[in-house]
Amino acid sequence: MLVDLDPSCLPHKFQVQIFKFAPLGRTYDKGLIQCDLPSCVEMTMGNQRNDLPDSEYSGSLKTELTLALPGGGGGAQAPKLRPKRGFPEAVNLNLGTSSEDEASVITQSSSSKTQVVGWPPVRSYRKNIMKSCKFVKVAVDGAPYLRKVDLEIYTGYQQLLAAFEEMFTCLSICDVLNERKIMDSANGTEYVPTYEDKDEDWMLVGDVPWKMFVESCKRLRLMKSSEAIGLASKTMSSKGSNID
Amino acid sequence: MLNYFPEEVLEHVFDFVTSHRDRNAVSLVCKSWYSVERFSREKVFIGNCYAVNPERVIARFPRVRSLTLKGKPHFADFNLVPPDWGGYVYPWIEAMAKHGINLEELRLKRMVVSDESLELLAKSFPNFKSLVLVSCEGFTTDGLAAIASNCRFLRELDLQENEVDDRKGQWLSCFPDSCTSLISLNFACLKGEVNAAALERLVARCPNLRSLRLNHAVPLDTLQKILTQAPQLNDLGTGSFVHDPDSETCGKLKNAMKKCKSIRSLSGFLDVNARCLPAVYPICTNLTSLNLSYAPGIYSNDLIKLICHCKKLERLWVCFFIKLIHYTYFFSGVPLSNQGLNWIMQILDTIGDKGLGAVASTCKELQELRVFPSDLYGVGNAGVTEEGLVAISAGCPKLNSILYFCQQMTNAALITVAKNCPNFIRFRLCTLNPTIPDAVTNLPLDEGFGAIVQSCKGLKRLSVSGLLTDQVFLYIGMYAEQLEMLSIAFAGDSDKGMLYVLNGCKKLKKLEIRDSPFGNVALLADVGKYETMRSLWMSSCEVTFGACKTLAEKMPRLNVEIINEGEEIEASPDDRHRVEKMYLYRTLVGPRRDAPDFVWTL
Repeated sequence: MLVDLDPSCLPHKFQVQIFKFAPLGRTYDKGLIQCDLPSCVEMTMGNQRNDLPDSEYSGSLKTELTLALPGGGGGAQAPKLRPKRGFPEAVNLNLGTSSEDEASVITQSSSSKTQVVGWPPVRSYRKNIMKSCKFVKVAVDGAPYLRKVDLEIYTGYQQLLAAFEEMFTCLSICDVLNERKIMDSANGTEYVPTYEDKDEDWMLVGDVPWKMFVESCKRLRLMKSSEAIGLASKTMSSKGSNID
Repeated sequence: MLNYFPEEVLEHVFDFVTSHRDRNAVSLVCKSWYSVERFSREKVFIGNCYAVNPERVIARFPRVRSLTLKGKPHFADFNLVPPDWGGYVYPWIEAMAKHGINLEELRLKRMVVSDESLELLAKSFPNFKSLVLVSCEGFTTDGLAAIASNCRFLRELDLQENEVDDRKGQWLSCFPDSCTSLISLNFACLKGEVNAAALERLVARCPNLRSLRLNHAVPLDTLQKILTQAPQLNDLGTGSFVHDPDSETCGKLKNAMKKCKSIRSLSGFLDVNARCLPAVYPICTNLTSLNLSYAPGIYSNDLIKLICHCKKLERLWVCFFIKLIHYTYFFSGVPLSNQGLNWIMQILDTIGDKGLGAVASTCKELQELRVFPSDLYGVGNAGVTEEGLVAISAGCPKLNSILYFCQQMTNAALITVAKNCPNFIRFRLCTLNPTIPDAVTNLPLDEGFGAIVQSCKGLKRLSVSGLLTDQVFLYIGMYAEQLEMLSIAFAGDSDKGMLYVLNGCKKLKKLEIRDSPFGNVALLADVGKYETMRSLWMSSCEVTFGACKTLAEKMPRLNVEIINEGEEIEASPDDRHRVEKMYLYRTLVGPRRDAPDFVWTL
């Protein structure tokens, strides 16, 4: 369920920056973000006077929680903070800089806790249902047929690129000027890994944290570098209006 | 005077005694009653398949028609028991076939069922009517094909949460055209496709079909056609619930649903487009049971909208999914501080709790609630906290059974819950961090659970979690007089804890303990106790090999099994060596002969 979020509908005391990641060129444009956003979150972001339209629910779900960014700003009330969660106790979120980093919202303690066998006590049948299988097609320009990979089995971009190497044996990952590049060792053709996201835009692989990539990737294409330059200008004017 | 009652009269009276416990009690009155009872018993329940063997059961109950068997210990559900441990049903089926038992019903839980067993079952019992497999493994769709082909009077085929190898044969198509007797068909746990046309024809020719649970591979348009053919259904499990919500198919589905005025139980949604959910609103008003716990990624507000239509709900299974990952990007374009992210997680917990608030204000008839964790793989989905539980307890006074996975808990909340709901029969709380203290006071959760056992005088099953000392077991031993099953993990300080329980809980049948500091003193204090119980599981505790040997020597009518995994399989371990996994159970038939190499019966 996608909701187009118009920032003007938000209460003024709530500061929000909205970004759409521009493909290929690594600059950010302010724009419309489409994300899976249940309407009850809009409610929780409402102010105490509840100017937002009435909820469809029979029970009243209006919350007295007033949201503002931590540390206040714009006269917003500090949120009613409940006691700190014991677990996760600390959150480690590595974003942005390297394409190998995942947005690990897992806590540092959770990584050891999740290795406890059989905890939490959930039947494997149920665990397997919660685990999804994300099979996406992989196309390589010039190859006679496509392959499919299950993105869920990889933990980062590095593993994915290694999987490409294995699947398309003519390709190898080389370090060229501190950047990892995919090359056809036979004829020196460079490939750029790209993917089609949920908005049907073609994006460069590696910009967003791994988990977000897995979430939004519909298919992969290893595009010849020579074509990629032309693509940049095409995707800049892709659909999705820009709101200032 | 009762001696002068002819046996036929006794038998007739005993017909009204149906619960197996009551029948067991009846059989202990005198020899004559024992005799009458054993020849008239048709339903036999065996809680531990190794407590007795097939020959003895058949000898005592020659007229048995329905057999229920349970195999592996409960903790096998959580991968604590290695594969090939045991629990094979084949010997039972073989014995019954050999003795000409007129078997009509077989219900198995946590057993290993081979295709061979299913084939033998299908061919040996001409009146076979009902097969229920829960949490079993070892079979494929070929075995199901044998059942479908051969059981001419099959009424019930109910597969719940089994690991089944899908051979892509056409097992469902094996039901012959002459099969019109199906009342219940549940294949939700199968992964492969079934022939849609065969399914539709099967449904159309079984007018008594009351319960139908489809699997993931059955698409929405097939569901719509089926419902049109079977408006008499009581219990429906949808398969895949994905379609263009504006399509004609969805419109037809909604109309078909309107005609299904008997549906009281709904489950499935194994894949779901939330915008299609309104199609089920027409049946929500009469629903008494709703299981949404298999639906991956239904967002909480869609769930809440659905639940708000279900005012008569008595049973609800859910999880609350809120995808964190998008919000981190929504709120800012720079990495969030730990504090910022913590703050967001708290808010999203609120949404989970609010969902429960909606349940509390809508579902006043609620008796059973299960809230499953929404985040097993640490991808950052939020969950529920103690607030949700308190809301439920306040809003649903008839609540008697709960399974609740949560991020955190407090003593105050548990005390409030205990006051609001004194009728709990089953209370299972699981904090995702197994040793988390009270979220407000940082104290152990002893007082909270103590309040639960003190208030809920009818409590039969309890699972505890969070930071717990010996004190909580003192309370359990003192107050939980009706307790039959207790699950302990990462709790307690010393042997005293376990001793409180063993001394206090007179009706205890099953005790399972993992990762707790209970040792030999507790294990050996009252060895006679274990013959009054079905089983004891202890893993990653402090019991030693020597103590287990002593116990086994003292109690010949117990099987004390040690499970040895991994590299350290010594020929004769030192008596002081700690035992990693021990499972003991009372038995009439001595050590089992099908134990694998890694299981030692002392």
